[in-house]
Amino acid sequence: MTNANAITRPVSPARPATGTAARPGRAARPRQRRRNDLWVALAFIAPALLGFVVFYLVPAVRGLYLSFTDWNLLSDPEFVGLDNYRRLLQDDLFWNALWVTAKYVVINIGIQTVLAVLIAVLIDRLTRSTWLRGIVLLPYLMPNVVVALLFLWILDYQLGIGNHALAAIGLDRIPFFGSQDWVIPTIAGVNIWRHMGYTALLIFAGLQAIPRMLYEQAAIDGASEWRIFWRITLPLLRPVLALVLVISIIGSFQIFDTIAVTTQGGPVHASRVIYFYIYERAFENFDMGYAATLAVALVVILVGVTVIQLKLLRAREVD
Amino acid sequence: MTATGLAWPELAERRTRPRRINLGRLAAWAVLIAIVAVTLFPFYWALRTGLSNNRSLPSDVASPLPVDPTVGAFRRVLGMATTVEAQAEGGSGSSLNFWLFLRNSVIFATIVTAGQVLFSSLAAYAFARLRWPGRDTVFFIFLIGLMVPPIFIVLPNFVLVRDLGLLNTFPGLVAPFVLMNPFAIFFLRQFFLSISSEIEEAAVLDGASHFTIYWRIMMPIIRPATVTLAVLVYIAAWNEYLWPLLVGPKEDVRVLTVALGIFRAQTPQLSPDWAGLMAATLISALPIIVLFAAVGRKLVDSIQFTGLR
Repeated sequence: MTNANAITRPVSPARPATGTAARPGRAARPRQRRRNDLWVALAFIAPALLGFVVFYLVPAVRGLYLSFTDWNLLSDPEFVGLDNYRRLLQDDLFWNALWVTAKYVVINIGIQTVLAVLIAVLIDRLTRSTWLRGIVLLPYLMPNVVVALLFLWILDYQLGIGNHALAAIGLDRIPFFGSQDWVIPTIAGVNIWRHMGYTALLIFAGLQAIPRMLYEQAAIDGASEWRIFWRITLPLLRPVLALVLVISIIGSFQIFDTIAVTTQGGPVHASRVIYFYIYERAFENFDMGYAATLAVALVVILVGVTVIQLKLLRAREVD
Repeated sequence: MTATGLAWPELAERRTRPRRINLGRLAAWAVLIAIVAVTLFPFYWALRTGLSNNRSLPSDVASPLPVDPTVGAFRRVLGMATTVEAQAEGGSGSSLNFWLFLRNSVIFATIVTAGQVLFSSLAAYAFARLRWPGRDTVFFIFLIGLMVPPIFIVLPNFVLVRDLGLLNTFPGLVAPFVLMNPFAIFFLRQFFLSISSEIEEAAVLDGASHFTIYWRIMMPIIRPATVTLAVLVYIAAWNEYLWPLLVGPKEDVRVLTVALGIFRAQTPQLSPDWAGLMAATLISALPIIVLFAAVGRKLVDSIQFTGLR
């Protein structure tokens, strides 16, 4: 152990009870700051470091390498240079997957963020009940598989209560999961239900940082709640909102579980999102090399989207 | 807070306020209640369906109460009903080996949680309370791990686990999770950082080793945070789908989420056993609801915390 500095002060014979924090006069502090705990630290981070190297770092490098190979999982990977990337540019299913995913992300994030702000502001202005926040959070804690099954039933064409309600008010039944036009909005809706409460709580946390005095002042000045929202809440919330958007967009791009349980990419290719397409290539077609290429493309896209968002955010901060 | 000079506008406001606020507030409450209703309705509907007789479901699609109430669907899922009983109520007769999958989910989530909390807290301690060259760099590199889309490393990890011969084993299932979770390290580091260094220095002076300080002093102080983290990790592990689907589809290690997916895929297209599916769904969600009820308050507050920092 490298606590040689302890010699500079008399060692008290009895161990202090844990929790006796206050000890006055830290003359030796500057010297203690300079200590080097490298070997202890290595021991402490050893398991995490091992996990990081074996299951994050090496796979990331290997994934990049695989993207330049042709590999069916049985024989050895065969290096093919940029072939996979050329194939990717001409792969209609890849572009379809991107398009479908983009549609999903826009619908999902657009509606989810508006609803989340609404919920957060309502909870903040009406009641801060932990109970209520707990209820709102509940869907987010459910497995995606569970959520998918719940809505598969509720939105079932024949027996689902959703379609029954539509029929009862005189509308046509909607094949929510079965129509090419409806499937992406439907799955977006399912995940809005699961995520809006969680997103609302993130925004609610941001709201707590807004000084209450501003609201009181505005109320004294006779401003309506509507005006207060647009003039005070929203402008001050912008940094938090931007952060929440970055996180939720990255998450939204990675929609998989719901698709795997409900539509398997169908009808036709209408819900074949990028994550599911990669999964199919790798584990149903055993086209590992090309799947790795698709995964690299996804990483590049995610990094690109994030960088653009952060740039926009910074630009807005300037003005 | 308000200066006394503002008495006059306050009065003016008091005159106009009651009516306008009441109407607006009423509308706002109505919206909030609607949101709560939308949030809770699917759970209620699953319960209502799970308690119905599957054969009778089509006869009354909109009934708010269970149709021809029975606990048959739950018994079916839990393997307590005979094939004849199951088929009489519209089940498929093929049973979900629920207890086995439940056990597998518990094993998987428990190992992952124990490993992540222990190893992440060790690492977080080193990042927060020890001084060593390269510390911040390594921490930053760990954080990048948070941003890598899982599918990118899932492909090579699957190959690795396969080559090690660990497919369809618990070691293979937990391997990528048990040692490392960037989020957990980040989360706990915040709490370690917030502890006053006085405590630590006192212990150092008394000749305590770093491990003693970590285990005997620091961990008890941040126990509430550790409990919250453990619950978050447990729920995340419980909900994990893609990895167990790839690595552990076999029955002896199949977890509940994967089993539910298979159960759904095997449900006949014509007259599916909705009551059974909903019962299975509810039972799979139950452990999480129980955990949530136990530590809900802390969890709700932790969402704020991690959201902010």
